[in-house]
Amino acid sequence: MDKPYAITLDVGSSLANKTGSWRTERAVYVDRMPPCNDACPAGENIQAWLYEAEEGEAGYERAWRKLVEENPFPAIMGRVCYHPCETACNRAQLDEAVGIHSVERFLGDEGIRQGWRIESDAEPSGKRVLVIGAGPSGLSAAYQLTRLGHAVTIYEAGSLPGGMMRFGIPQYRLPRDVLEAEVQRILDLGVELKLNTTVDNALEAMREGGFDAAFLAVGAHIGRRAYVPAGEADRIVDAVSLLESMEGEERPQLGRRVAIYGGGDTAMDAARTAKRLGATDAVVVYRRTRERMPAHDFEVEEAAEEGIEMRWLSTVKHFEGGKLALERMELDESGFPQPTGEVEELEADSLVLALGQEADLSLLDGVPGIEVSDGVVQVGPNMMTGCEGVFAGGDMVPAERTVTVGVGHGKKAARHIDRWLRGEAFEPGPRHELATFESLNTWYYSDAPRTVQPQLEAARRASNFAEVVAGLDEQSAVFEARRCLSCGNCFSCDNCYGVCPDNAVIKLGEPGELYEIDLDFCKGCGLCVAECPCGAIEMVPEQI
Amino acid sequence: MADSNGQRVRFYQVGSFAAGNRLLDPEQRTVQARMDRSNTLTSGHRACQGCGEALGARYALDAAMRATDGKLIAANATGCLEVFSTPFPESSWQLPWIHSLFGNAPAVASGVAAALRAKGREDVRVVGQGGDGGTVDIGFGCLSGMFERGDDVLYICYDNEAYMNTGVQRSGATPPAARTANTKPIGREHPGNAFGQGKDMPRIAIAHGIPYVATATVADLHDLEHKVEAAMELRGPRYIHVFVPCPLGWGADSADTIKLARLVVESGLFPVFEAAGGEVVGVSKIRRQVPVEEYLKPQRRYAHLFGDPPRADVIERLQAIADANIARYGLLEDASDIDHTRVGSTSDARERG
Repeated sequence: MDKPYAITLDVGSSLANKTGSWRTERAVYVDRMPPCNDACPAGENIQAWLYEAEEGEAGYERAWRKLVEENPFPAIMGRVCYHPCETACNRAQLDEAVGIHSVERFLGDEGIRQGWRIESDAEPSGKRVLVIGAGPSGLSAAYQLTRLGHAVTIYEAGSLPGGMMRFGIPQYRLPRDVLEAEVQRILDLGVELKLNTTVDNALEAMREGGFDAAFLAVGAHIGRRAYVPAGEADRIVDAVSLLESMEGEERPQLGRRVAIYGGGDTAMDAARTAKRLGATDAVVVYRRTRERMPAHDFEVEEAAEEGIEMRWLSTVKHFEGGKLALERMELDESGFPQPTGEVEELEADSLVLALGQEADLSLLDGVPGIEVSDGVVQVGPNMMTGCEGVFAGGDMVPAERTVTVGVGHGKKAARHIDRWLRGEAFEPGPRHELATFESLNTWYYSDAPRTVQPQLEAARRASNFAEVVAGLDEQSAVFEARRCLSCGNCFSCDNCYGVCPDNAVIKLGEPGELYEIDLDFCKGCGLCVAECPCGAIEMVPEQI
Repeated sequence: MADSNGQRVRFYQVGSFAAGNRLLDPEQRTVQARMDRSNTLTSGHRACQGCGEALGARYALDAAMRATDGKLIAANATGCLEVFSTPFPESSWQLPWIHSLFGNAPAVASGVAAALRAKGREDVRVVGQGGDGGTVDIGFGCLSGMFERGDDVLYICYDNEAYMNTGVQRSGATPPAARTANTKPIGREHPGNAFGQGKDMPRIAIAHGIPYVATATVADLHDLEHKVEAAMELRGPRYIHVFVPCPLGWGADSADTIKLARLVVESGLFPVFEAAGGEVVGVSKIRRQVPVEEYLKPQRRYAHLFGDPPRADVIERLQAIADANIARYGLLEDASDIDHTRVGSTSDARERG
């Protein structure tokens, strides 16, 4: 024994003492569902593409590619989507929501500018799918189905692709070169598009073309009419036709004083279009109040800035000799407008009806198993109609009628069609737990105001069809992307690795490789969970 | 990267408060974010779950190791830190480490420094360390002597505000109204530890006129590491006082250790500052001010203040202490600005944040 005096044991490291045995709970890394992703009708993985965009120039293409996995229209989305993601954004509770749409638009524009293409390396399935309607839903389905290896042909009744993106959304919100670039990218993937092709019977079209499945997305293009007694010289048009005619050669003539009847986004679009066509007075007549208006707030605000007037609590009684008779309404206890008998006059050269749209479902006449209710086709959770192999989505099925919902339908239907063609059923994976604001430790995020997209001054924009909202410059886009809190998903901040008093968090390597808990030494204190900024770790009781 | 106004683009996602950030230059991340950190206090130590002192010691010593290229010797006072890290024959220390008595750590550190000087080893640096008991009470004389003689030692006090190792007895650093084993709240007259006693060790250190004195907490890693690095750039006696919550002794949740360290600063009860040559030269501003209740409530050592009836009068006196600190150190000025004022710092990650 050659130990020093009074020493009887070999000196050793405390690593021999496995303190993990003290633990009653363990820390586990999780991916929670960020509220933006949760709210996105197109199922975009927003947090993931913002993560890539945060890197700046090096990350834009990766961000764009991540984005277009779910949605082939980033430049369009960034302009026309009503961004429910931003309504859900946790950052709104800290300062202001992340301007997701503006980053999306920046990436989309960057994609067009750089000419990024999408290739498909999917094994050809030998199956052929017919898509009817080249609107957002049909194009989205065609895009996803092609990338899954199926041969897709689109029949479009119109002379140009885009559907409501072209015939319903004014150019000042969506410039046509942007629309065309993003549609062309889908066609370049190998999607066949047949324009001016009206389908009278969906089943027959399938049979004649030798298609294995069909996705119907014909939209809702018929303006809903209301009976308004009118004089012969008094001009009444519906908003859908008005917006559609804007795509033609001749500009519609509405006169100097235009009344628009309705309170939705289409009414706002029609009013703003009328103003741009030269109307001095564009007045929106709506039977309820501003609060009950279905139009989105920013549309109403932008319209008001352009000088659009609003007449709340009014209905149109009749239109005679250039004079509209408006009856004043009152909301009853249930919020429903009731007539008061008081009538006032409004001078108008024309009246635009923006009272909603209906779908033309004549192509389903005689197709067995189809169920139509409230003017829309009923579909199952897999987007299939009552007729085997015939799927439907977009404005012709029951849902909110927006471009993004249409794109989401197209993607969802494509996944189900793909599995159906392979004789399987598509089972979406389990939905992750929501990353709530409470699950974040917001101390670690520094304060940052939202960058505001520059707007054309109202006075300038009201007289032409130039795009109203401009995009973010590159610096502002990075800035905005970096405001993302990365809710529920690790972004490699090293906090867990730093705060463990027991060195029981192992850093696996460079960012992206993340971390592991060393269960030999983790005492289960929970500090890593408490100090994780984004709520990507949770404590789980040990099985005893 | 700069934005159109020529300002640096901030990493809002993590600000500059998290340990690292994949977008930051590796040199701007904390030592604790590095895969090659020393882990001077390695796994297997017997500190309680969520121990603030274990965390503080690793934070400080890893930073000191990096600042000295690993040429560092530590002298440790008796206390939790020594007991939980070194039950013979096991040790958690991964640096040369010496323990002698409860009260003589500063003297032992001075001796080590003297020996190194005698051997002409200027490259090897010395750290003395201990808890608040070993520093503020038992080792007080030795520490004062170390300061006075001008010995080349950085002394770090890990302050958890009582003698935790022996069963939570009051020390000279125990705050007013806190319950300890020997300051039990009894009736209205004795609401825990007495007001008007105890020692403000950082200010006593400043009064010695030594080159560097700083306070820090385990809640602000960038700040703590910066202060250790700044101290290691200097010679002579230096003192850093680190606030380290004790879940066991304070009756707090083990997951709340860092939160409590954050709240004590945000309430104003523990001012975080730097002093050089006898003057305070920089303070950490309060970022999101909170009333003292928010800090006190999660701790059972203050439970008697929130009983039936609650002791609003005592809480008010504690708030007055916080307010006095805020006034004395100017903790609220420009509070909207997250940046700290600092002694000549070159590696301030916050600026890039």
